Amino acid sequence: MEQQSGEREVPIASGEDAEDDLDDEVGHDPDKKVRRTEDLLLNMGPQHPATHGVLRIILDLEGETIVKATPDLGYLHRGVEKLCENSTYTQIIPLTDRLDYVCAMTNNYAFVRAVEKLLKIAIPERAEYIRTIVAEVQRLAGHLFWLGTQALDIGAMTVFFYTFREREVLLDLFELICGARLTLSYYRIGGVDRDLSREVIERLYKFIESFPGKIHEYNTLLEKNRIWLLRTRNVAVISAEDAINFGLTGPVLRGSGVNYDVRKAEPYGAYDKVEWEVPLGKNGDTYDRYWIRVEEMRQSAKIIKQCLDRLPEGPVIADLPEVVYPPRDKIYEDMESLIHQFMIAARGFDVPAGEVYVGTEAPKGELGFYIHSQGGNKPYRLRIRPPSFIHLGAFDHMARGYMISDVVTIFGTYDVVMGECDR
Amino acid sequence: MHPIAERIGSHLPQAFVAEAESFGELTISVRREHILEVCRLLHDDPELSFDLIIDICSVDFPNEPERFEMIYHLCSIDRRQRIRIKARVPEEDCSIDSITPIWKGANFLEREVYDMMGIRFKGHPDLRRILMTEDYDEGFPLRKDFPVEGKGWRDRFEFFPQDEP
Repeated sequence: MEQQSGEREVPIASGEDAEDDLDDEVGHDPDKKVRRTEDLLLNMGPQHPATHGVLRIILDLEGETIVKATPDLGYLHRGVEKLCENSTYTQIIPLTDRLDYVCAMTNNYAFVRAVEKLLKIAIPERAEYIRTIVAEVQRLAGHLFWLGTQALDIGAMTVFFYTFREREVLLDLFELICGARLTLSYYRIGGVDRDLSREVIERLYKFIESFPGKIHEYNTLLEKNRIWLLRTRNVAVISAEDAINFGLTGPVLRGSGVNYDVRKAEPYGAYDKVEWEVPLGKNGDTYDRYWIRVEEMRQSAKIIKQCLDRLPEGPVIADLPEVVYPPRDKIYEDMESLIHQFMIAARGFDVPAGEVYVGTEAPKGELGFYIHSQGGNKPYRLRIRPPSFIHLGAFDHMARGYMISDVVTIFGTYDVVMGECDR
Repeated sequence: MHPIAERIGSHLPQAFVAEAESFGELTISVRREHILEVCRLLHDDPELSFDLIIDICSVDFPNEPERFEMIYHLCSIDRRQRIRIKARVPEEDCSIDSITPIWKGANFLEREVYDMMGIRFKGHPDLRRILMTEDYDEGFPLRKDFPVEGKGWRDRFEFFPQDEP
């Protein structure tokens, strides 16, 4: 804690005890009786249990009220964009996993869509449905994580245990699907890595059957809880115009009533083939954003069920020998397949020159990839549009005027993950 | 010619340089001196109403006469339209007007462009490094002449060896 400038001299008639204290504090002129108030500059340091990841916030406080909140980023900056300029397109997929490490599938999806737009390749239908299913399962996992940590930060510890119990089921499912729990790298350019097995589909059905009951369970703890309402209603309010002006997207923007969801505005995957709705908030406060994310979980479950019902047969990756590995058995038998596999693994594939920007609806907001290619097997410039970084730009605006205990609430309602923010 | 490009061409002919359309995306190149007017037109005009700022980034072309290219991605929520505005910035006078008066979200984005590429923004309220430390003096990491391994900053950290028991 540091005492800093921002002094205001307020002359008062001080009593005897106050005089002694003031003399020690003021020091320079013992005859002058003034009481000074100063703004307190509090450093909410990079190591803190409630800032999700490493974030430093410099709080300018007047008593308990926040006058200014400056986020200081960059503690998790790994230079991903520079690394991508020196990696082939398939090598970039694991790098994208580690951006928003809570929701790896949607990061992969966002990147792979951008490259496929540049290559102008068509994805088989089964692959589209699987991609949508898996992305929505990831959205469920991401929102469960968010709900648990937001409730934990505010003080409702039970919700944390309940949501992480569900998240464990989903992470086990991911392990069955692709072998990893957190940094998944399941998507490939042209489709997905491998098919969903019978066991995965059965388990997913079972989970979706039980899920509405679980959401009901979380709601009984939170939705009408008086403490929760007091701590989230009218906290961190942002109006629709301000939200659009700051460039916010995702549940934060929809909390203020703006109907903009990339899955509905520019449909991709199987989102336009199933029925679902976009939940919208009214007041733009924390409670609305909480409600929207819970509703999004319900809608995700609905999307997953419909996609599972309609899952078509077919290959799960496009049939392009230049870009996609040939099937394993052919590699062992066929010379051409062996050569293609070697070339793709050793050199990568060439992507035509051009530039694209593709935005995808990640659980945090619109995750966009801008790829500028000049031919060749590595991108010339890869830019990641991180929703968390842009949301932190509005942190100061959203936090002013609230109390210091609201900082954690405000920070949680943005659903910021520092991996994506700093890249 | 795309109607949006026509509109910019007719209102601000001195700013307009070129228009391109590929992969279903519209790209308009403008002169960097007029970037603020172009953005104001895109934001305020009721026909265009590009109200959501998506991204601001930059690309480095070290072999070209005007080295840097600023790229602005905008989106119109009502019209469901996206656009990309490009402006070239030469290396000698490496600055461009800041568009923070129009979009408050441009604040952090432009700070990152300054941090990574070294392009200064005139009129930015708080132009300092955001991802690197504030006193980082080894250059701008995303430039093509900056090595991917870095310049040995971490090798010069103070090392306190453990005492042998």
